[in-house]
Amino acid sequence: MSGKGILVYAETRESEIHPISFELLGKAREIAEKLGLEVWSVILGSGISDKASQLIHYGADRVYAYDDERLRDLNVVAYKSVLVDFVKETKPEIFLIGATPWGRSLAPRIAAALDTGLTADCIDLQVSEDGKLIQIRPAFTGNILAHIETTSKPIMTTIRYRVMKMPEPDPSRRGEVIVRRPERVEADGVKFLGKVSERGVNLADAEIIVAGGKGLKKKEDLRILEELAGLLGGVVGVSRPLVEEGWISKDHQVGFSGNTVKPRIYIACGISGSPQHLAGMRDSGIIIAVNTDPSAPIFRHADYGVVADLYEFIPRLISFLKEVKGHGKGVVKGA
Amino acid sequence: MEGFRIVVLIKQVPDIEKVRFDVETGRVDRSSAPAETNPFDLNALEAALQIKERCGGTVTVISMGPRQAESSLKDAIARGADRAILLTDPRLAGADTIATARALAAAIKKLGGFDLILCGEKTVDGDTGQVGPEVAELLGIPHAAYVCELREISRDRVVVVSDMGDKYLYELELPALLTVTRELNTPRLPTLKDLLRAKRAGIEVWTADDLSEHVPANMLGYQGSRTRVVKVVIPSAEHRKGIIYRGEDAVEKIAEILLSEVAAI
Repeated sequence: MSGKGILVYAETRESEIHPISFELLGKAREIAEKLGLEVWSVILGSGISDKASQLIHYGADRVYAYDDERLRDLNVVAYKSVLVDFVKETKPEIFLIGATPWGRSLAPRIAAALDTGLTADCIDLQVSEDGKLIQIRPAFTGNILAHIETTSKPIMTTIRYRVMKMPEPDPSRRGEVIVRRPERVEADGVKFLGKVSERGVNLADAEIIVAGGKGLKKKEDLRILEELAGLLGGVVGVSRPLVEEGWISKDHQVGFSGNTVKPRIYIACGISGSPQHLAGMRDSGIIIAVNTDPSAPIFRHADYGVVADLYEFIPRLISFLKEVKGHGKGVVKGA
Repeated sequence: MEGFRIVVLIKQVPDIEKVRFDVETGRVDRSSAPAETNPFDLNALEAALQIKERCGGTVTVISMGPRQAESSLKDAIARGADRAILLTDPRLAGADTIATARALAAAIKKLGGFDLILCGEKTVDGDTGQVGPEVAELLGIPHAAYVCELREISRDRVVVVSDMGDKYLYELELPALLTVTRELNTPRLPTLKDLLRAKRAGIEVWTADDLSEHVPANMLGYQGSRTRVVKVVIPSAEHRKGIIYRGEDAVEKIAEILLSEVAAI
């Protein structure tokens, strides 16, 4: 064994591995080949040891599973203490963590404890000609992309969900699973009291989003968007003002202070396209915008723009699609 | 009983709606837009002021940045903060998140005791959201991120809802640090009278020398940073097709696109 590795933190929620962990393993594999490293993964929780083999299938050479009752709940101080001890022992070159809310809360504590550089919310990692890791991240509400190098070890990076390609798992892949109990779990000062509520809608995973903005006149009109979303098998998103009006819960919010989404199709209805909104949806597959104002910034970021009143256009689109569906013409490319 | 000693960390940022970027050089033209307080930090300040009003205490605002950041601190005074400190020094410039966190943590140590530190979940310019948790780690205190609800606060503990997609309830022992979301509250606006009063308010200015008891200058600013920006590029929107429909045929055109892409129909 080379003894040098790139480490991937496998995030768990209630003993299930978050898919971001598999995406990170795919990217780690690619970097590991270029830099001659092994891919290691570390997973923490209670009753998670049997999940470790999945991480091997997705590309890990070695998995360290810290299986301990004291790690059952997401306690940021407890997880930090175990991971800091682990990194000090194994000394990975690079340490990748998913830029989920949990990962973004945990990673900075680890970086500060290790006194190493941390780059937030990356959308790509590249290896330069001289073998340096270049971390690419949006800044200024997504208006610029910064290329960042880390001058300390380990290089720590959080990476956005759904920007790296999901690798194909290989069940025949072999690796080593090391189950451990942490020597020390420092959990001072934080007590997990339970889950208050589950999110109602999972925009981050949605393939089709029909989103509404200030062009909607009243809360009840969200039904128009719900109908279109239902017809397309998608979900409803909104821009921030509608959440602030109290029309719909925050889990529907797309944008800088809401969810970053990457659906295959994003339909923006009555959304002008503020920088904050664009930061949340600019990486969508196909962007369709419907707005009465031809100068709305959203049109500059759309593949297809419709200059029309959403109150006229969307209902007509719905009935057209229903009619086609009724005639059984809905045979689809790539379905 | 003496009240809560609350520290709020704020940053002055360019108005992100107006700021311009030089596509050629990748530079951010900070002079192209007026500066304002990072919007998320106003929610942190509002939470601090509400705790002070309910339970008594003091609110100290700290910012690191160039001299102009004084205006954001004065705005915080106008909104009700008691004391404002600006960390400004060429030796603090060019700091990445860890070097920034070291300066802020050192300033908080210099203040003496504190019960609660509040900051916004992230800034609109750096977008990292890392500085808050890093400060908590450097001070050796617990933190909760993405706090969208403050349920209870007592002498020695705070109960908060943390928005992690699903929402979780945490109890933290004080002193603790919270990074807050915009749902937590609606920031108050200062009155004209308050603004005039704040204009005359003194802002304390600290340099790297003032922090030297708690952190050496070579751990601050660009020198103390562990990351370097090697290049900045402006992403172009040009890869979008940009086809615009105006007339009657728009419905059919968009339907065609959807029908060819969506399996559910």
